[in-house]
Amino acid sequence: MAEIKLQNVVKKYGQLEVVHGIGLDIAHNEFVVLVGPSGCGKSTTLRMIAGLEEISDGTISIGPQVVNELPPRKRNISMVFQNYALYPHMSVRENLGFGLKIAKQPEAVVADRVREAAEILGLEELLERTPAELSGGQRQRVAMGRAIVRHPEAFLFDEPLSNLDAKLRVQMRTEIKKLHQRVKTTVVYVTHDQVEAMTLADRIVVMKDGWIEQVGTPMEVFNHPLNTFVASFIGSPPMNLIDAQITGDKIRLSDGTHLPVPERLENHVREGQEVVFGLRPDDLTPQGHGIAENGHRASVELTVELAELLGTETILYTRINGSEVLGKMFDPRDVSPGERMTFNISLDKVHLFDAQTQKSVRLG
Amino acid sequence: MAKIEKRLPFWQRESFTPFVLLFPAILTLVLVVLLPLLFSLYTSFTGYRLIRPDSLYNFVGFRNYERIFTDWDFWVAFGRTVLFLTIALNLEFLFGLGIALLINRITWGQRTLRTIMMFPMMFSPILVGYQFKFIFNDNIGVLNNALQSLGLSDGAIPWLVDKHLAMGSIIVAEVWMSTSIFAILLLAGLFAMPRDPLEAAKVDGCNPWQVFRHITLPFLMPFAFIAMTIRSLDVARAYDIVDVMTGGGPAGRTELLWTLIARVGYDNSRMGQANAMAYVSILLSIAFTYYFFRKLIAARRYMGGAN
Repeated sequence: MAEIKLQNVVKKYGQLEVVHGIGLDIAHNEFVVLVGPSGCGKSTTLRMIAGLEEISDGTISIGPQVVNELPPRKRNISMVFQNYALYPHMSVRENLGFGLKIAKQPEAVVADRVREAAEILGLEELLERTPAELSGGQRQRVAMGRAIVRHPEAFLFDEPLSNLDAKLRVQMRTEIKKLHQRVKTTVVYVTHDQVEAMTLADRIVVMKDGWIEQVGTPMEVFNHPLNTFVASFIGSPPMNLIDAQITGDKIRLSDGTHLPVPERLENHVREGQEVVFGLRPDDLTPQGHGIAENGHRASVELTVELAELLGTETILYTRINGSEVLGKMFDPRDVSPGERMTFNISLDKVHLFDAQTQKSVRLG
Repeated sequence: MAKIEKRLPFWQRESFTPFVLLFPAILTLVLVVLLPLLFSLYTSFTGYRLIRPDSLYNFVGFRNYERIFTDWDFWVAFGRTVLFLTIALNLEFLFGLGIALLINRITWGQRTLRTIMMFPMMFSPILVGYQFKFIFNDNIGVLNNALQSLGLSDGAIPWLVDKHLAMGSIIVAEVWMSTSIFAILLLAGLFAMPRDPLEAAKVDGCNPWQVFRHITLPFLMPFAFIAMTIRSLDVARAYDIVDVMTGGGPAGRTELLWTLIARVGYDNSRMGQANAMAYVSILLSIAFTYYFFRKLIAARRYMGGAN
């Protein structure tokens, strides 16, 4: 168990730079999730930590040791792969014990650790089967068991749930969370699914195009996105982003609607500034259908184009000056397309980003 | 409709259609495979000699087979064939594996190399035999010439005459000609191999040799067994290359089963005896095929979920 440090890590394939000097400190026993769209460099980063990819520049250290030059087998880490990567010609028992056998552990120790891992993951009944005889979820559990038995410094997960069906994915997500609580270890987990990131992480690292966009706890990243990318990537449905301008103490949206600048942001904007107005669908609710209808509010009249029923809530599709804007209706009633409704905007939850830099105005 | 159907002659009825359609194939098989097979089986119970056609009706029961079991030459040739097969297949497997692993690492010019690798298979075994006969010739051969020029040997080494060297020389020719079959099949295996288990093994603590030994090799074995099955049938019937290079000589030292059978059947014209030998030899091929298929099935069983 150890902390992992990335300093100015660069990855180049020939002339093409895919990771541009990122830095990240992962604390002892912390569960860190790297999240981002495909091609953002998150898997490459994980593979560099594992030693499966060489790093072009910078340093990576695990615990006190710089591991730049160490092959994967000397880094004492475990990895769970997207395709499980079980050894097809070995039984579950052999799969679990393989790493220990290679490390020349005495047979009694191997048997002990395998039994322990099988118990944690509920694999006792399956030990004599081959991977071909297991279901997807069982294979994933074996892959995790193989990671546990070696008592590594850190677990690395590379999109471990993306090959499972939706129901199983939710179930395994919970199991991974429980596993981390049982087996306290540093975890680096890669996913493109922001829900997985939110539910699992102690800290989320949002990546895009080889850069780290934001590092923070799930709540920080959700409530205080540093830029429009993080704002639209984290949260489902994504945050509405509308072009706007500051005029006096008002925000003028592109359709001419005027909203007051929230007090907490007053000092961060200047007259005439082009901004992007951000509002989560949860904070744009029809009158009488919000969660907590107190605090500073403003209201707008909007035409509902489409209503998407989800049971406890309904997603309402409307439009502001041509761009689609989503609202949420809690405790829903039937809504017919074309209906004009008055929506409340929770001004406390409004986000403002500079139109030029796409960064939160709070930074400027 | 039912009435009309009943009146049709039997060969026009629907239930008979498959047999009508299969008839040409069945007829062909009967004529070109089954009849000759039965005929040769029959002759193995006669004293049939090619130069005396009426001996075809000279039924001798199991006498040909009894003779085989006391025929020392036959069992030496039998044993030599098994030895030849074992050495040749193992060498071809090792060289083929090496070549496949090397070519798998190449990123530039791989297609060209794969094509070049197959050149030896494109030549007739007879021509390969002649070529190696020339290379190994003790007086005018390229090999002796090269060894002498380099000062590595001062006499003419009798490659094709010496008891052990002659067999070795034939094995070299056989290996040269057929290693690429192993190389191609093993390369196909390497291409089909998933990358994830290799990486998992690296993370699990394996050094490169251990990755090869515990992950790559087990994955490749089904492909190796397919190659072994094909090649064991091929080598067990080896005749052409041996006949050209040594003719089974000197003094029967390179006699394999089929050169012996051909000699008994055509040179000594004792066809009945030769056919009896051939039937015993086929048992050898069947045994090897069965053995490798068993291995193949065992190796494949767990590959069902290889992805």
